[in-house]
Amino acid sequence: MSLDTATVRRIASLARIRMGEEEVGRMQAELNGILGWIEQLQAVPTEGVEPMAGAGAVALRLREDVVTDGGIREAVLANAPDPEGEYFGVPKVVE
Amino acid sequence: MHPTDFTLRGAAEALSEGAISAVELTRAHLDAIEALNPRLNAYVTVAADQALDQARASDERRARGEAGPLEGLPLGIKDLFCTKGLRTTAGSRILGNFVPPYESTVSANLLRDGAVFLGKLNLDEFAMGSSNTSSAFGPVENPWSRRNHPDTRLVPGGSSGGSAAAVAARLALGATATDTGGSIRQPAAFCGIAGIKPTYGRCSRYGIVAFASSLDQAGPVARTVEDCALLLRSMSGFDPKDSTSADMPVPDFAAACGRSMKGLRIGVPKEYRLEGMPHEIEALWQQGLEWLREAGAETVEISLPHTKYALPTYYIVAPAEASSNLARYDGVRYGLRVEERDGDLKDLYERTRAEGFGAEVKRRIMIGTYVLSHGYYDAYYLKAQKVRALIKRDFDEAFGRVDAIVTPATPSAAFGMHEKTDDPVTMYLNDVFTVTANLAGLPGLAVPAGLDAQGLPLGLQVIGRAFDEETVFAVGAALERAADFTALPSVRAGA
Amino acid sequence: MSYTIEGRTGPWELVIGLEVHAQVISQAKLFSGAATAFGAGPNTQVSFVDAGFPGMLPVINGECVAQAVRTGLGLNAQINLWSRFDRKNYFYADLPQGYQISQFAHPIVGTGVIGIELADGSSKEIGITRLHLEQDAGKSLHDQHPTKSFIDLNRSGVALMEIVSEPDMRSPEEAGAYLTKLRQILRYLGTCDGNMDEGSMRADVNVSVRKAGEGYRTRCEVKNVNSIRFVMQAVEAEARRQIEIWEEGGEVHQETRLFDTGRGVTRSMRSKEDAHDYRYFPDPDLPPLVLDAAWVEELRAALPELPDARRARYVAEYGLSAYDAHVLVLEKETAAYYEAVAAGRDPKLAANWVMGDLFAALNRTRRDIADSAGLGPRSRRAAGPDAGRHPLRQAGQGGLRGDGGNRPGARRHRRGTRPPPGHRQRRDRGGGGSGAGRQCRQGGRIQIRQGQALRFLRRPSDEDHAGQGQPGAGERGHQAEAGLRRPDDRRAAWPGGLNRAEDTRPADAAAPRGWGPPRRAGFRRVAAGPGWFPSPCRGSAAHRPAPRCRW
Repeated sequence: MSLDTATVRRIASLARIRMGEEEVGRMQAELNGILGWIEQLQAVPTEGVEPMAGAGAVALRLREDVVTDGGIREAVLANAPDPEGEYFGVPKVVE
Repeated sequence: MHPTDFTLRGAAEALSEGAISAVELTRAHLDAIEALNPRLNAYVTVAADQALDQARASDERRARGEAGPLEGLPLGIKDLFCTKGLRTTAGSRILGNFVPPYESTVSANLLRDGAVFLGKLNLDEFAMGSSNTSSAFGPVENPWSRRNHPDTRLVPGGSSGGSAAAVAARLALGATATDTGGSIRQPAAFCGIAGIKPTYGRCSRYGIVAFASSLDQAGPVARTVEDCALLLRSMSGFDPKDSTSADMPVPDFAAACGRSMKGLRIGVPKEYRLEGMPHEIEALWQQGLEWLREAGAETVEISLPHTKYALPTYYIVAPAEASSNLARYDGVRYGLRVEERDGDLKDLYERTRAEGFGAEVKRRIMIGTYVLSHGYYDAYYLKAQKVRALIKRDFDEAFGRVDAIVTPATPSAAFGMHEKTDDPVTMYLNDVFTVTANLAGLPGLAVPAGLDAQGLPLGLQVIGRAFDEETVFAVGAALERAADFTALPSVRAGA
Repeated sequence: MSYTIEGRTGPWELVIGLEVHAQVISQAKLFSGAATAFGAGPNTQVSFVDAGFPGMLPVINGECVAQAVRTGLGLNAQINLWSRFDRKNYFYADLPQGYQISQFAHPIVGTGVIGIELADGSSKEIGITRLHLEQDAGKSLHDQHPTKSFIDLNRSGVALMEIVSEPDMRSPEEAGAYLTKLRQILRYLGTCDGNMDEGSMRADVNVSVRKAGEGYRTRCEVKNVNSIRFVMQAVEAEARRQIEIWEEGGEVHQETRLFDTGRGVTRSMRSKEDAHDYRYFPDPDLPPLVLDAAWVEELRAALPELPDARRARYVAEYGLSAYDAHVLVLEKETAAYYEAVAAGRDPKLAANWVMGDLFAALNRTRRDIADSAGLGPRSRRAAGPDAGRHPLRQAGQGGLRGDGGNRPGARRHRRGTRPPPGHRQRRDRGGGGSGAGRQCRQGGRIQIRQGQALRFLRRPSDEDHAGQGQPGAGERGHQAEAGLRRPDDRRAAWPGGLNRAEDTRPADAAAPRGWGPPRRAGFRRVAAGPGWFPSPCRGSAAHRPAPRCRW
């Protein structure tokens, strides 16, 4: 599969990374190189193989339903680039 | 003997004998950092005052008879571990001056056991890289150099390049590191030190900036296998704050370092013999196997048939997870924000992330976003998960026949800072021997075993069964004893 | 005759499916230890996990899992012993991690069924496709600043159940009945409080239209409709819009829309449009959720009696009419109250009393049975049966004209019915306005004395306020006591009474400290069935809209 520039732009938009034309072109070449190399996986027969999502524990541990956290607004907001009083501020969102 | 030349074990003994204080030991390391870090760039943050405070407190604890297992030992912390009140960057611009209001479990465990933190160590941005050239804080230099070309600056490997370089150059007795595809073992091998990626789940991931959650594992680098064992014992342990943390007892890893090789069966995977691999690496591998046979082990040829698919699998799984893990860096709650006049929220996201992330991180986010996107999930991501299952199955079958597997750690010695930069895939191939252990979740240890013709260190890798780090340490220590690796890097404290 | 909308080209059928987001009742969030209570100060119930800080990891709350299983059992659904969490990736200001943890490929609950009852007495089964657990997002406030939106992450990470129906509904009424029944079941189970005004339940409404005999046409999804009445209105509005498009030769495009409650129309929601590639994949921070079959059976064995079973029992055991049984079981608290009242007495008479006098009194005062009887989730059995006994004995002895309000009885209620400390307060509005409408119409038959059950209804905290220099508190108390003795007030419906004392308090007296966020807009309380509607809940009165009369 080979990516065209429109696809590169769409992926960049999905990933929320602004790219100029030049960067789109460079990225296209690099991604196609990587994807071409990855393509060899298609040769592996995998019928009937259960996909492996993780390497660790086989089951979740259930936590108790107890309030143990929160009440730390100052710490939560301490690193915010644009704290607005008790909130995080962002440019106005139009829904 | 210069205080920075102690092994971790040696320093612990000197401290307990009163031959040196934690403050003296810490000061010696801070002096070494001041002298050499401008060249090596191993530390991005030096926490001198905090380290000395911790050292004083440690000396007081010792005086009260309350010394912990790592009491007063100065360590470096990879800047991927969140450290409360101490800036944590992940090697990226996008975190800005993020100061975590919490401590990672691994670093908290080390503090609990008395360790002193010298500062935060450089790394590839978000731990994505094999050369430590992608850091927003500049590249790290390998303290080793080529015999014939001493002026060529070499990479320390990555992503834990700062950790490996600092420990090799005696700017720390040991350091924390993380390994997603080889990021502990490859830089350890490049810098002539030991490093272990434990079994997935052995060390808590809580408070470690995530790269690829199903592959990331913390582990130590140090100058000896035993030092790694001592550090890993403190770093490990069940953590209810990480759902993937293993509820398993933590054995005395250091005790395992002395175990006999008699009766052990060592697997030698035929697929790890690569075309074009330097002869020295093949020769070192054979030498290592011979050492183990001499120590009483039996070597057995095994097959791990899906090995060649491990890297392509990794370069689907890791970027996919990374593309999601790194979505939180959006300029809203912490870190860098780049705004434009009259811009909307999407502009803010796009500008912040365009300026905050470096080229390699963007590449991987793009790959990951693509392989998860509609219409490609099955062809890429799901396929990779299935191949990952086959890779694990290969190991399961092999460990039915052998107790540990020994391979080269890397397909080459350290390379120059400006080599291998033209094509991302060439760089990715650095992890060809290490990435399989991440995909299968197995422990892997790199141990320095010899030098190449240029005088650069080469390492061997020991892979073990899940949660059988003890055998891995035993085999690693046996190789270490036989190799008697005494060569030293040209750039080091006290030299 | 099935429901159709008559267009220019003839009748159109509706095809409706609902995706209901129901907030799980739990103390702490799905993946963090922060609290879930409604109405806290902005960003005070936020952990670093909820705010998506670097290196933070999710750990699942077992009670939320149990609640999902209970709900699945209550919906007669298959419980999947193996399920898994996926990440749904999209960027949004109130989604701190850049993804929502949900269950996409392997939900915890599979197919089930809900029986609904319709106004004509018929019933129908609506299929449940699935139920899954997921985390809520935070909240964006757009009206606080001219150029900025403010983000409050208190809701971020709160556990939701998404309950997806089959496209089995064919009319606004069926959609309303389905939502009413689902809400009823959740409230019986105690797995969701069903407070649509606080956002505890929201519905995404999928609507398409077709000609008789056709397959499905393109559907549109109307997002986040927050009342049963609006769901019914949105169904009709969206169906009419689609019919118009089809009849003009156009084509309906699949999209996400919003219901404009003011104008009664749906409109396109552009902000969602370009984020439709969610890139779901298994969350690598969370191993699979594996349930023990024995544990599921324990939960099944502990399930409360559900409305259908209870209704059947009322008909069989008590000899009630299907309608009366239906009405009495609509609310769990009503049913419990009724049973307490009926214990040892004529069940039909008890039903008449509860449905007549009591409902009327409660409606007029905008109280609910949980308030009055202390049978609500937060004040279990503080006063129920004991409080219920006396007046009905009066009623039973003297018929419905009997005097239910003599002094000893009132005293007993006052002692026995005080809810525990911490019970939420509610600020009532006066008896004027449309709320009194029903009362007026029934005024010839039923009279309720103001303040009759004042003490009964008062919370300890009210008392505290009253005792701390609220003007006139003592006087009101006196009048209330006096009211009980007024000889001409014979026909008391108990427990009614309006706590006027609360009326005169400053508006913010009942508000908890630091309440910040405005409520989600557009809510109006809606009837859950004939004549009676719910509201027992958590949360603060200050956030509640003025109660409205629906008749």
